[in-house]
Amino acid sequence: MNFSEVFKQTNQLCKVSPDGKYLATCVQYRLVVRDVSTLQILQLYTCLDQVSHMEWSSDSLFILCAMYNRGLVQVWSLEQPDWHCKIDEGSIGLVSSRWSPDGRHILNTTEFHLRVTVWSLCTKAVSYIKYPKACQKGVDFSRDGRYMALAERRDCKDYVCVFVCDDWHLLRHFETETQDLAGLEWSPNGCVLAVWDSCLEYKVLLYSLDGRLLSTYSAYEWSLGVKSVSWSPSSQFLAIGSYDEKVRILNHITWKKITQLEHPAVIDNTKATVYKEVEKRPGVGSDEMSLHSITMGTTLFNTQSKYEICPLPVQIPVVKPDPDRANPKIGISVLAFSSDSRYLATKNDNMATAVWVWDMQKMSLEAVLEQTSAVRCFQWDPQRPRLALCTGNTKLYLWSPGGCVSVQVPTEGGFQVQSLNWHCSGNSLILLGKDQLCLCYMDTDQEDK
Amino acid sequence: CRTSPLRQFSQSSLPLHRNSYALSTFCAEHNNIAVVSPTSFSYFALLLQEVSSFGLPPVWTEQDGSSELNIVAVLNCMYDLIQLHRRGLRTLENMEVEQLKSNSNVDYLQLTSTRLKEQLEISKRENTGLLERERQLQLKVKSLQNCLKNEKEEVQKLQNIIASRASQYNHEMKRKEREFNKLKERLNQLLVDKKEKKQAIDVLNNIGRADGKRSLWKTEKTEAKHEGEMYKTLLSDYDSRQRELLMENAELRKVLQQMKKDMVSILSARKPAAKGDKHEHGGTQAASEEEEDEVFDSSKESVELYCVHAREKLTNSIRLQWRRLKSHVERLDSQVSLAQTGETTNTDAVPRETHEEEMDRLKLEIQQCKDFIQAQQQLLQQQLSSPCDEEAASLLSDGYMLQEKERLGEEWKTLEGQRKIFERERRNFTEAAIRLSHEQLLASKQKYCSHFFTYSSIFTSSKVIRQTNMLVYKYKDYFKCFKANLFSLWNL
Repeated sequence: MNFSEVFKQTNQLCKVSPDGKYLATCVQYRLVVRDVSTLQILQLYTCLDQVSHMEWSSDSLFILCAMYNRGLVQVWSLEQPDWHCKIDEGSIGLVSSRWSPDGRHILNTTEFHLRVTVWSLCTKAVSYIKYPKACQKGVDFSRDGRYMALAERRDCKDYVCVFVCDDWHLLRHFETETQDLAGLEWSPNGCVLAVWDSCLEYKVLLYSLDGRLLSTYSAYEWSLGVKSVSWSPSSQFLAIGSYDEKVRILNHITWKKITQLEHPAVIDNTKATVYKEVEKRPGVGSDEMSLHSITMGTTLFNTQSKYEICPLPVQIPVVKPDPDRANPKIGISVLAFSSDSRYLATKNDNMATAVWVWDMQKMSLEAVLEQTSAVRCFQWDPQRPRLALCTGNTKLYLWSPGGCVSVQVPTEGGFQVQSLNWHCSGNSLILLGKDQLCLCYMDTDQEDK
Repeated sequence: CRTSPLRQFSQSSLPLHRNSYALSTFCAEHNNIAVVSPTSFSYFALLLQEVSSFGLPPVWTEQDGSSELNIVAVLNCMYDLIQLHRRGLRTLENMEVEQLKSNSNVDYLQLTSTRLKEQLEISKRENTGLLERERQLQLKVKSLQNCLKNEKEEVQKLQNIIASRASQYNHEMKRKEREFNKLKERLNQLLVDKKEKKQAIDVLNNIGRADGKRSLWKTEKTEAKHEGEMYKTLLSDYDSRQRELLMENAELRKVLQQMKKDMVSILSARKPAAKGDKHEHGGTQAASEEEEDEVFDSSKESVELYCVHAREKLTNSIRLQWRRLKSHVERLDSQVSLAQTGETTNTDAVPRETHEEEMDRLKLEIQQCKDFIQAQQQLLQQQLSSPCDEEAASLLSDGYMLQEKERLGEEWKTLEGQRKIFERERRNFTEAAIRLSHEQLLASKQKYCSHFFTYSSIFTSSKVIRQTNMLVYKYKDYFKCFKANLFSLWNL
């Protein structure tokens, strides 16, 4: 495993192009494009203000830089560096900006979600979409890029609009049976749209592409409901994480619950392996100190850590949330399927130091990783069942069915890993700190315990 | 001795019964003189004795001398006796009355006691009844308390839910209110701010579409095309799903068929021996079913029937075969247990000795295989590890060690050289400093001496002292500077 040197970045804006060749970073006003393998700077662009959001177009030819305070969007071309494009939303303001799947249209959401403006870079034409809903996830594009689902709120009722991304033709417009629609997501095969209600009501609705209601699912009433939803990449399963600390899996044939995955504070009676991160300070003359670490110098003062397998029963530390506050820190907030749909990683907010990995074939718990501090981010390798996670310290953690490993990020001055992103090939990881970034290149063979 | 004649007396001739006043023939009237019959002479003595025993004065004593009785005495005696008798009767009456009274008291007491006993019984029964009721009520109270506790918990839970919902609503309300306020402010700002910045896009040149095609006008045709494409997507998805399900179905069906075949074969192997038992399970029907199944098997292989009846037939036949197999296995189990107890010898059951022999043989085989595998593993490990362990690993580690050693040695040499240089320079500096200080001192001394000798008359001793002090201070300063310089040089 090799680590690159550390580069500057601001606002955690650092993205790899969809074709995997380039890495774009924002540093203050500037947009820096590097080659992923050599990390040499290929292009440098200067924007008019500090960039709030940056996104690659789907064909990796253009980059969008949005500056929300100024209401500006600037688009840069990789092939023609002198090509420029500036979209000024004027006094109507800008809250969010994104590419359309074809990479030729930009969708800007105005302030107060008054409307969504669709700008075409091919024809300079403008379209407007009225009454977009301001919610957790109001817009979703299908994976093949052909359709866009948009949540609409009109006359105190929720609607879903399905647009054809080709010409922005409104294909379907139907009302949903939700009290307050919180989000929508296409299934990976693009045929089913999952729509869920806000946390005050547990309701998940499944609509077919042509707007027919396929099924409704509601696990319970009154208590706080759905917190997170995720489709499995094969579209076979829909995982629903809720505030009652359980994940319910629905199957795509009957849309009924096939199992529910519980997150108890005391783990017992399971075949899963519980990995606990244990910190150890290196003593002088221990065999951990190789010549490499002596010459690096700083690793002498960084605490090493390793994973230990804990015998059952294991107690996971629980932090009770404040009962008076809204959006309590309890419940399943993150769900992630591995790319082969074999594993599901979950995080329960009141056990913030633990990541739970479930085997979808057996529908049982496979492993639990207990870290020393709260887990900040985890992501599956896009190519194989390997999970990378970080907890805001200087280490990177990897889990695979073969085992678990903790890797120190060797940088001077301590680089605190706050989030991470896999490269689409699964060969490297981009680690983001507060205002730094570092690339980690994986070895081709698997690591072991 | 005294009483016995009285008894005799009372028994024979003087019945003193109250109710019969049998006159005695004790004394017969004879010539107006009471003549005591000779037969009753002894009795007369007895009478006298009796009278005296009553405490009465004697009626006749021998001192009188006459055989005549004293009438007065006799009358008195009679009177006394009558009195005595009357008293006796009275006491008897009293006693009888007393006895009656006490009898009636006893009766009354008996009655009351039985009554009280009955009452006691009744009250005891009532008591037990009340205790039972109290126990039941206590149980009811406990269960009600449990219910109450559960209800309280439920209420608490609902209150918590309400509280969390309320906080969520409040949060949302506040958020909406904040947004509303922002909107109001923005509206105000826009109304005040006359020049409104319009939306605009500024592109250097239009770029082509991603797919290179020209964009089409929005017409009904395109709309229809979109609809068509959407339905095509849905249909292809349903098609693929149906295909998957069909494949799964076919596989499962194959498995079921295989299972059925196996079961049939197992059962048919036992057929000749257990033909009698077959009849228990409705043999004719079973036989016909099997024939049917066989017919079905061949037909199924050629023509795949997916109608409901075919499916049901398959599942029903599987169920039937499974039931038969289960009963057969149960029968075998019972046979085995019977054979173990040694009651019957069934030709079907495998004799125990051969069974055990088989087991031992198999165990031996397993052990041999395990040993073989272990030996193979060891050889394999040796093969793999020998080239690395003996040569490369040790060489590598030696190589690393040598490399490290060399590097450390070189670094040490350079450090040593530097140290020597520094030492030399330090020595030089100290010498120079000392020399310089000496020279300074000499110079200052000479100066002082010259001054002293030239102006000796003018300067007073104090001035001289002051001057020497100044010089000493200067000298000290110089020395301090040099020391500082040396230290800075050493630290380089």
